[in-house]
Amino acid sequence: MRMDHQLAERWIAPHSHVLDLGCGNGELLAHLQQNRGVTGYGLEIDEEKINDGIAKGLSIIEQDLNDGLARFADNSFDTVVMARALQAVKSPDVLLLDMLRVAREAVITFPNFAHWQNRLHLGLKGLMPVSEALPYEWYNTPNIHLCTFKDFEQLCAKHDIHIINRFAVSDSEKGHTTLMKSLIRQAPNLLADVAIYRVTKQQPK
Amino acid sequence: MNARPDNTSDQLPKDEADLTSQVNTVGSVGVVTPEIFHFPEPLTLECNRTLPSFDLIVETYGTLNHDKSNAILICHALSGSHHAAGFHSADDKKAGWWDNMIGPNKAIDTNQFYVVCVNNIGSCFGSTGPTTINPDRVSSDEHHLDKPHTSDHNEAQVYGPDFPLVTIKDWVKTQAMLSDRLGIDIWHAIVGGSMGGMQALQWSVDYPDRLKRCVVIASTPKLSAQNIAFNEVARQSILSDPDFKDGRYLQAGTYPRRGLILARMVGHITYLTDDAMKAKFGRDLKSGKFMYGYDVEFQVESYLRYQGERFSENFDANTYLLMTKALDYFDPTRDYPAAVATESTEPLVPLEDSIGASVEATKKATQNALEETVTAIDEGENNRQQELNALKAAFAHTQCQYLVVSFTTDWRFAPERSQEIVDALMATGKPVNYINVDAPHGHDSFLFDIPRYMGAVKGFLTAPFITGSLPKNSRGNNHQKTGARS
Repeated sequence: MRMDHQLAERWIAPHSHVLDLGCGNGELLAHLQQNRGVTGYGLEIDEEKINDGIAKGLSIIEQDLNDGLARFADNSFDTVVMARALQAVKSPDVLLLDMLRVAREAVITFPNFAHWQNRLHLGLKGLMPVSEALPYEWYNTPNIHLCTFKDFEQLCAKHDIHIINRFAVSDSEKGHTTLMKSLIRQAPNLLADVAIYRVTKQQPK
Repeated sequence: MNARPDNTSDQLPKDEADLTSQVNTVGSVGVVTPEIFHFPEPLTLECNRTLPSFDLIVETYGTLNHDKSNAILICHALSGSHHAAGFHSADDKKAGWWDNMIGPNKAIDTNQFYVVCVNNIGSCFGSTGPTTINPDRVSSDEHHLDKPHTSDHNEAQVYGPDFPLVTIKDWVKTQAMLSDRLGIDIWHAIVGGSMGGMQALQWSVDYPDRLKRCVVIASTPKLSAQNIAFNEVARQSILSDPDFKDGRYLQAGTYPRRGLILARMVGHITYLTDDAMKAKFGRDLKSGKFMYGYDVEFQVESYLRYQGERFSENFDANTYLLMTKALDYFDPTRDYPAAVATESTEPLVPLEDSIGASVEATKKATQNALEETVTAIDEGENNRQQELNALKAAFAHTQCQYLVVSFTTDWRFAPERSQEIVDALMATGKPVNYINVDAPHGHDSFLFDIPRYMGAVKGFLTAPFITGSLPKNSRGNNHQKTGARS
């Protein structure tokens, strides 16, 4: 399972009700249902991935995230998950607030635009970054609102969104030495290519 | 064209339909023979009238396994029948209406599943309906044996307009009786498109413990005013035909052909789309020039008349009337009145405050005008919320997993209507899948072989049950609890 999925799983309580935005083929949802007794829905627009999710026995709803979450009532979920989709929606700020309206907590992962490889691409080569976490060319990328860890935290501060946990990982972390891993923790905005945040709008107990 | 539509809706010109049916004989269930089940017990209908007994004509494909757990029920639409797949003889060129869906290795795989399709009562393809013998009439005729018959003996004794109005709920009840007869306690799935989808949905509400999966395709939680309006035009076309004879056309030796043709023409327009008609006919003229008369000139006119005529040859006018009424009456929330708290907008005013209140009244009047505009907007939202609450109440006790399918160009039962079903199911925490398939054929899309649509149905029917996605009582409660926080 993907690193960000593994971490997302840690922050989702067993038997909770979950909404997975941009659920892909339902990998995370299937894992959560089988191992943690979680219930919930996955929203996706890719036709093939939807059919894959349906064939897994999940509950997949075809919906464009840009249409917002108006169909869901306030607090209808315990946790809403969005893995690597924030940067691809038209209004990430509006969606983020909507997520925290329909669920108590949100677990969000996104690629870090300030990763050193990206900096190198832009700073030295003068080219838009292409990497493992961002595998597209500038003209065909669905990632229209890329941000860095710092950018995201500024947005949270602006809207009184409380960060419960955050984690920075590198996609290829499994191959890294312990030293490298600890370095990533020291300077995530530079060294980690994927961010995972657990946020809430409600007052912590 | 990779698709072949319903044999009773006949969208394709004859030659094209024949060509595609030949192609589709590959992977067919082959030659099938319908079977009639007689139910000798009286059946009381929703309208409070009782049929003394009734017959159901049924086709089955595939083999029922030993624990009877692989049965799938197919519910047909307005003009459909029990003949969903295969052929009636070796030289029969026309396959059943859903042959592209049902067969060996198809979306509803007859190698794996035992598929049952039943013709509903009130229809005209073999189950008890307006064209079958009315036992009351037989016994009353026995008292008047000297009375001369105006027509053939059998035709004089048919139900005709005396057949009671049946509802979706009535059909589901008869289908449940058939299930008992077949020894099927729990259906692996119940599948239907359009009016068939309504039956599948009603099943999940009325017999929640008798199905595991429910597939609702190109359907709606209830008809809109516009849907009912179109149905009324269709009915009036039949009712106003002089040959209708108050529904006793068989006895009178006439047939309201023109009325039925007109009804089908109107209906057919609602099954297609502007774009599909444009692509197929445009403004093409049959003879290439204006004839300045009322004969068929445009190709689209020719097509509609052809469809209407073909339909009128194979369908019964009384059946068409009662089928459209069954559509209009469909409302799965009827038995589940949602507790709608209508709060009074006028607060109670204590007596001593009444003088002050009258001063305020003038101020209020001007404000009211403004508020009315706001109220009109709010009312739309309130209605939507009330509809949702009613559906939530109806779905609260369902136990199956759902697959809801809509088609982007369907304006008869638009995707938004399917989404109402989906939203209500999600709001009650029920397992539901939803796809909105991009297809150009309008409402008729559900009869076409669209890979993505077929793939989703196949995947849904064969998917494993994941523990977490199984309907659990606790889950619905959990969800209501979380909802209460808002």
